[in-house]
Amino acid sequence: METIVSIKPFLAVLVSIAAVPVLLSSRSANIREGWTFVAAAAKFAIVASMLPSVLDGAEFVYTVAEVIPGAALGFRVDAMGILFALVSSFLWIVTSAYSIGYMRGLNEHSQTRYYCYFALSLSAAVGVAFAANLLTLYLFYEMLSFATYPLVTHHQDREAQSSGRKYLLYIVGTSIGLLLPAMLICYDLTGTLEFSNRGLLAGKVSKELAGLLLLMFLFGFAKAAVMPLHAWLPAAMVAPTPVSALLHAVAVVKVGVFSIVRIFTGIFGMETLSSFDLGSYVLFFASATILLGSFIALSQDGLKRLLAFSTIAQLSYVILGVGLLSTKGMIGGVIHIAMHAFGKITLFFCAGAIFIATGKKNISEMAGIGRRMPITMTAFFIAALSIIGMPPCGGFLSKWYLVLGAVEAHRSPVLLVLLFSSLLNAAYFMPIVYRAFFCRPEANPFGNEIREAPVFCVVPLVITAIISVILLFYPQPFFRLASLAAAQMTGM
Amino acid sequence: MTRQLPALIIIAPLIGTFCISIAGWINKRYCLPILIAALGISLYASIGLLGLVIQEHGVVYRLGGWDPPWGILYQVDYLNGLVLIVIAVVALINAVACRKHVLEEYPDRVGPFFTLYSLFVTGLFGIVVTADAFNLYVLLEIASLSGYAMIGMGNGRAPLAGLNYLFMGTIGASFYLLGVGYLYLVTGSLNMADIALILPDIYESRVAMTAFVICMAGLFLKMALFPLHSWMPNAYTHGSFAALGVIAPLTTKVMIYVMIRISLTVFTPSFVFDRFRIDEAIVWLAIIAIVAGSLLALSQSRLKKMLAYVIVAEIGYMVGGFWLGNRQGITGAVLHIVNDAMMTLCVFLAAGAIAYRQKGDDFEKMEGLFITMPFTMSGFVVAALSVIGVPPTCGFFSKWYLISGGIAAGQYAFVGALLLSSLVHVVLFFRIFEIAYYRPEAGHHGGGHSSSVINEAPLDMVIPLLVGAGLLVVLGLNTGFLVDRVIRFAVPAQLI
Repeated sequence: METIVSIKPFLAVLVSIAAVPVLLSSRSANIREGWTFVAAAAKFAIVASMLPSVLDGAEFVYTVAEVIPGAALGFRVDAMGILFALVSSFLWIVTSAYSIGYMRGLNEHSQTRYYCYFALSLSAAVGVAFAANLLTLYLFYEMLSFATYPLVTHHQDREAQSSGRKYLLYIVGTSIGLLLPAMLICYDLTGTLEFSNRGLLAGKVSKELAGLLLLMFLFGFAKAAVMPLHAWLPAAMVAPTPVSALLHAVAVVKVGVFSIVRIFTGIFGMETLSSFDLGSYVLFFASATILLGSFIALSQDGLKRLLAFSTIAQLSYVILGVGLLSTKGMIGGVIHIAMHAFGKITLFFCAGAIFIATGKKNISEMAGIGRRMPITMTAFFIAALSIIGMPPCGGFLSKWYLVLGAVEAHRSPVLLVLLFSSLLNAAYFMPIVYRAFFCRPEANPFGNEIREAPVFCVVPLVITAIISVILLFYPQPFFRLASLAAAQMTGM
Repeated sequence: MTRQLPALIIIAPLIGTFCISIAGWINKRYCLPILIAALGISLYASIGLLGLVIQEHGVVYRLGGWDPPWGILYQVDYLNGLVLIVIAVVALINAVACRKHVLEEYPDRVGPFFTLYSLFVTGLFGIVVTADAFNLYVLLEIASLSGYAMIGMGNGRAPLAGLNYLFMGTIGASFYLLGVGYLYLVTGSLNMADIALILPDIYESRVAMTAFVICMAGLFLKMALFPLHSWMPNAYTHGSFAALGVIAPLTTKVMIYVMIRISLTVFTPSFVFDRFRIDEAIVWLAIIAIVAGSLLALSQSRLKKMLAYVIVAEIGYMVGGFWLGNRQGITGAVLHIVNDAMMTLCVFLAAGAIAYRQKGDDFEKMEGLFITMPFTMSGFVVAALSVIGVPPTCGFFSKWYLISGGIAAGQYAFVGALLLSSLVHVVLFFRIFEIAYYRPEAGHHGGGHSSSVINEAPLDMVIPLLVGAGLLVVLGLNTGFLVDRVIRFAVPAQLI
């Protein structure tokens, strides 16, 4: 495997940090938004420029500082990392456009602060994607926690305060209380924290300690919202919708599951996990989260809360895929990072558009909204299909590979979980769509003329919905990257 | 010239003291520039000394040209070379920042204050650079007395707090002196290296053990190790920010340095860790200090007092880390001396800036500060993240080594205490941030709030704070250099 030493990973992280002073000093809102787009486009361009080499099997490395012997601050861009970075940086561009429509549509306060912390959060997300070792990953994980706090608590009222406390409690509490000691135990055992394809701990850890560390890591990354440490995510829905969309459907939560996948493959390694039969524990927690999350989503009336619980369930699909310890399962799990991102962000965009156009937040109030906002609700329908896992949307591909992976690993209970959860997903999404479109015109509280949300809101959600469809038929580069990643991790 | 650096580092602020006191009578506007000049020379000397130490592995200076053990020897090695720079940097940054505080709190005693400041720093330098046990006491008293006076100079209850501080501090220093006296009795020498040569023959004797315990007891009192800490929150609450900015970061850290020096150089690790098995008890004491300090800080409603209890916890980190007795623990303790001094400086600078503008440091006065004082709060946030232990600030890396040392020594209670106090610190600082950030009366979707006007602290307070905050990150990123090129050699080679 070729290793290219290049500053590009570091630049990809830095570009949005560098944008912050510029944003702060912008004279007008349009210039400020313009710079956000410039930063987002630059970030995406740098990440995309590394794509061809990574597809050929190369890796980019760059060391910033040798802070601790055996654990430098450094970057390594491999297939899985660049997949996540591509998804995040592309969706940042789209979300920035959506933010313009949303924040201006509601005349929100402190918009400069919002865009600045958004930039910092994306830096941290890309930093996690490209982290070469556990220390760097931890650094950017913490940076993400603190950079997203002002975004979650943007409205600065009492509700935001209590949600902010929950956010900190779950996310910082676990990262300091569980993740940090687990990381240090690994360092004590091996003297280094580099992710290795065979797994850092291979041969150096006993079964009990491996099990304990597994649990510490699984729950230490509370951003992955594995139950029972999931409650911060519904609470975080108090944030403005673009924050919920990008961060809590894509960046923050995906950082959580991405980190878990990294830990399983780079710190534990597939061999260690299978020889100690730790996959079963992972599958247990993931399946429980999937089923419980979907059940709770059924009972929600608030649209964003429903989407939050749906996210909690969907995230564990990724963990499920890796926990199967099979190649196809890994492919399914990793590619679900991309498929779910596009689907979920569309759904959140729709929720926000509905709020701007009609002020409605609860599903019970959304009967007949399809006639007023057909474009939005069609996009919602398409995205819902993707999340459920039905063709013609991308989510079908990831579910298909998860099923294949479960068969490959001879885990039939997982097949049942996958099937049942898809049914549950349909059960909570389809009624929303049905009632939005099929209600009697006379009883429609919205009237029958079409009045969509502002253009800046509608165009992004259409784009992401269309991409969700395209991804089934042309899943590149994500599919190739996921296959590469699975091949590297399982050593085949 | 480089041969004279050990003396220069003391002489500059000492002569500065005299010049400032004279200038105080003539025209008080000259006091601060003289102080800054003197501290600048000391900073230059300290950097030069560390560079020299890295090159030559040690610098020796005979005061007056007399040989030890009759003459006083100044000896700079990796450990005190590092601490010297820390003292110089902290003293200089605070000197720049404290002018307005001094003018506000004691406008008629500017000269005396800066005289005491300069004398205090002289004393600290002397404590760190000397290799003579009694000379250390002399300079300890110089520093302490100046400190007491600086604290006691304030208004309100400050003289009482200063008096209490004086009583407790003098007891502590006297204990140290008593210990040195015992050592002199049995070894006939006051030079540290000399004592270390003679002492091994009498390690088993009662005198040696008594001397050690009494020295340590005195030092524990001076460094405010729980439960001998009670003088500190009181003194720090009533002292002025000008004084606190230099006393809070440095006093206790220099005492920890003295503890390390006495343990490693005078009594040597073979006595302290192998023969005289007190290390585990002290680690437990440190664990209690960490937990108690963090929890007591939770119950405070004034910033200064809360920070004082945070310092009590941080002292526990360093004492516990050292007495773990392994390489990572001692590395963590020494690294934390550097990092904690910088963090405490930043935190007190921020608190001082806030108190200056808001006319008080109660938590209620901090509403809406993120809007009215964005730069100060930014510096405060960085300092808080360092105290909590978030990378890439320096506080994370010293915590890393401390926890690493705890795991390596199997001392999981210490690890647990460190993690618990980190979590408590999150609560402590985010409580303040919540007050400064949230506006409970705001409705949803404010639709453009009336933006409050920015009412920042004066520039000469904000800029040192931001410089300090930047240094926290720079220190963090350069941990590798610090540990690998400096601290590694300060830890005794025979430790695993």
